[in-house]
Amino acid sequence: MTARRVVITGLGVIAPGGIGTKAFWERIVSGVSATRTITAFDASGFRSRMAAECDFDGVRSGLTVRDTARLDRATQFAVVAAREALADSGIEIDERNAHRTGVSLGSAVGCTQKLEEEYVARSDGGQRWLVDHAAGTPYLYDYFVPSSMAAEVAWEAGAEGPAALVSAGCTSGLDSLGHALDLIREGAVDIMIAGGSDAPIAPITVACFDAIKATSPRNDTPEHASRPFDRTRSGFVLGEGAAVLVLEERESALRRGAQIYAEIAGYAGRANAHHMTGLRPDGLEMSAAITGALDDARIDREAVGYVNAHGTATRQNDIHETAAIKHSLGEHARRVPVSSIKAVIGHSLGAVGSIEAVASALVIRHGVVPPTAGLHEPDPQLDLDYVPLTARDQATDTVLTVGSGFGGFQSAMVLTSAEGGRS
Amino acid sequence: MSAATVVTGIGVLAPNGIGAEEFWAATLRAESGIGRITRFEPASYPSRLAGEVTGFSAREHLPSRLVPQTDRTTQFALTGSEWALRDSGLSADSLPAGERGVVTASASGGFEFGQRELGHLWGKDPRHVSAYMSFAWFYAVNSGQISIRHDLRGPTGVLVTDQAGGLDAVAQARRRIRKGTPVMLSGGMDASLCPYGLAAQISAGMLSESDDPARAYRPFDPAADGHVPGEGGAILTLEDGERARARGARSHGEISGYAATFDPRPGSGRPANLDRAIRGALADAGLSPRDIAFVLADGAGEPEPDRAEARALTDVFGPRGVPVTVPKSMTGRLYAGAAPLDLVTALFALRDGVVPPTVHVDGPDPAYDIDLVTGSARPVRGDAALVLARGRGGFNSAMVVRRPSAA
Repeated sequence: MTARRVVITGLGVIAPGGIGTKAFWERIVSGVSATRTITAFDASGFRSRMAAECDFDGVRSGLTVRDTARLDRATQFAVVAAREALADSGIEIDERNAHRTGVSLGSAVGCTQKLEEEYVARSDGGQRWLVDHAAGTPYLYDYFVPSSMAAEVAWEAGAEGPAALVSAGCTSGLDSLGHALDLIREGAVDIMIAGGSDAPIAPITVACFDAIKATSPRNDTPEHASRPFDRTRSGFVLGEGAAVLVLEERESALRRGAQIYAEIAGYAGRANAHHMTGLRPDGLEMSAAITGALDDARIDREAVGYVNAHGTATRQNDIHETAAIKHSLGEHARRVPVSSIKAVIGHSLGAVGSIEAVASALVIRHGVVPPTAGLHEPDPQLDLDYVPLTARDQATDTVLTVGSGFGGFQSAMVLTSAEGGRS
Repeated sequence: MSAATVVTGIGVLAPNGIGAEEFWAATLRAESGIGRITRFEPASYPSRLAGEVTGFSAREHLPSRLVPQTDRTTQFALTGSEWALRDSGLSADSLPAGERGVVTASASGGFEFGQRELGHLWGKDPRHVSAYMSFAWFYAVNSGQISIRHDLRGPTGVLVTDQAGGLDAVAQARRRIRKGTPVMLSGGMDASLCPYGLAAQISAGMLSESDDPARAYRPFDPAADGHVPGEGGAILTLEDGERARARGARSHGEISGYAATFDPRPGSGRPANLDRAIRGALADAGLSPRDIAFVLADGAGEPEPDRAEARALTDVFGPRGVPVTVPKSMTGRLYAGAAPLDLVTALFALRDGVVPPTVHVDGPDPAYDIDLVTGSARPVRGDAALVLARGRGGFNSAMVVRRPSAA
């Protein structure tokens, strides 16, 4: 029996500094940061007052006024990104393949923004425990249980196979693709609309990260606040956005003559069983996830030509991740370029894994590695090639992308060029 | 390949019983756990009933440091996972930490914790928000906390598909077992019976407004007018069948088939897809409809979804072709916890050869043409059962469970 393989045939991206896949790619290659002082609300009372915001207008992006009122911002991102990805793939979902098409969407905080707005409206600004059940929108349940986000994407695509929201915190955007990979491989579906979306730039989420000092307090230079792998790094900058990918079983994609960006060759996830927000410096579980993904892809570690890092710019993440890459790739870790795009687009929680998977596919397509913006002062403890500041021409047919998140979750995915890379 | 996935451990917290056997005994007695909400004063809300887990004290079950950092949902999940592991007889050091993992379903995360901290933020200021908020509310909290508490360093996952999520999570865990992880915890717990959680559930228009616990949630009844929310659920220890047998573990039964579908957009004119999920799960199990001894239906308790579910059942099994029951009529609908609890019920019902009734329903709407088990428990013979779970928006999941195969 030949194992079923999974390829990427369509991309859609909503990112800070770039709405649409093309603008997103140009932005991350330029290394010009999209982080800024928060404009979404008055953040003056908060410790970290910066974010990488999307200049997104749902109506301008093709949604109806009614939908922009009804849908949480994260759901709007997902629907718009799904439209772009579907159009890009050229696939038609109709009665012939609807049952063979599924949805797997990642999100860490779901429709939190709407939940917060509705809470404020129903609680007299936080004064009432017994909130008013009748004061707000009739759509509250859809924010309360965010599988509504996956439902909207399924309706948009016309998908009638299995649909799910994957919500594993900050690895959601990789885990959702891993789930899609499973479903196509096992034959439950031939097509998956898969990705991640989060819109967390709202008071409650900013307050959460303030409370544990995870975000950067460098408010005086917001465009230079996120400094992955830099000696002076001080935490992440919150972001928002979405990426949706059309994934197809390889043979059927080839039969219909689809463009193929890359193959998703392997995936694995592990837990560190250590702490809900803390990381052990040895990175052993992320290392196990990387090794698991390479094994799943049946690819030698020496074949990895680029590592798209989680690279959040927290003190602990960058140490943890560097150790994990070294442990899993061995001596090869010293030769392979590693970069984080989060200095440009911020950390969009459950979306970012999918956004970075898109970046990884585009690295394979364009033969260019986006830089780690914001990395001016190397940290002597961190000794890999982090591609500081400037993009690099580098042809590669195998990319590793990794994620790490609250709950202790560690995920890794291997993408290869359409032509091969696997033994 | 396709090694069997067996259930070797069960942990239950349900409105009609804390502990698996306590729950099962109450269920067979047709004992309902539905009553007026006590966790807050519900008088100002149009729906005032719920299935609450009563008599649970987190401090009796968890280390004191974990109590302030966790929502009730997570306290249930940690307690249930402890019991599921204990029931399985697995010891902490019986296999490497990387060879055991956890996948849970979530619906609304640690929502009561979330409401409280939203109050601290908006009623006071950002400095009053708990340092635990960043991980106590989000949907991944139970998988994270369970992995830490039990040193599970293998694959993890979290799925949200409203009430269908519990089956989807167990199916995900089964995939991981088939791929080589010998032990997975899975299932779901929910506890969103705080005022904001109730308001959210009211907003969907799916809750009954009756004040009579014996009349409020009546799935398939001609007078069905909504459901009652509940809290609790179940966590299961799942194992590779051969590994479990080799270590001499007692099996509660096997997860032998699963499929999920999604319904078309309302108004599209295309047919719903629950029947496809049922047929897919049967095919996955290698069974035909006549092999199914009984069905635990989703039982929305509203005319339209009840009719749709009944139609799917009659399509696959024929009119009155299989005994159907909705034990969640005794507990209310438990969101992410609902389907895992139904899996437990199905396994115990197969074990004991008796199907618990759907309570508070005298007889189903005759137009549905289903053989609903009402009144009291009914003896059945058979080796396999079907569990259905549906989520708002169109999520359909179906799972087949079997009695333990003779060793």
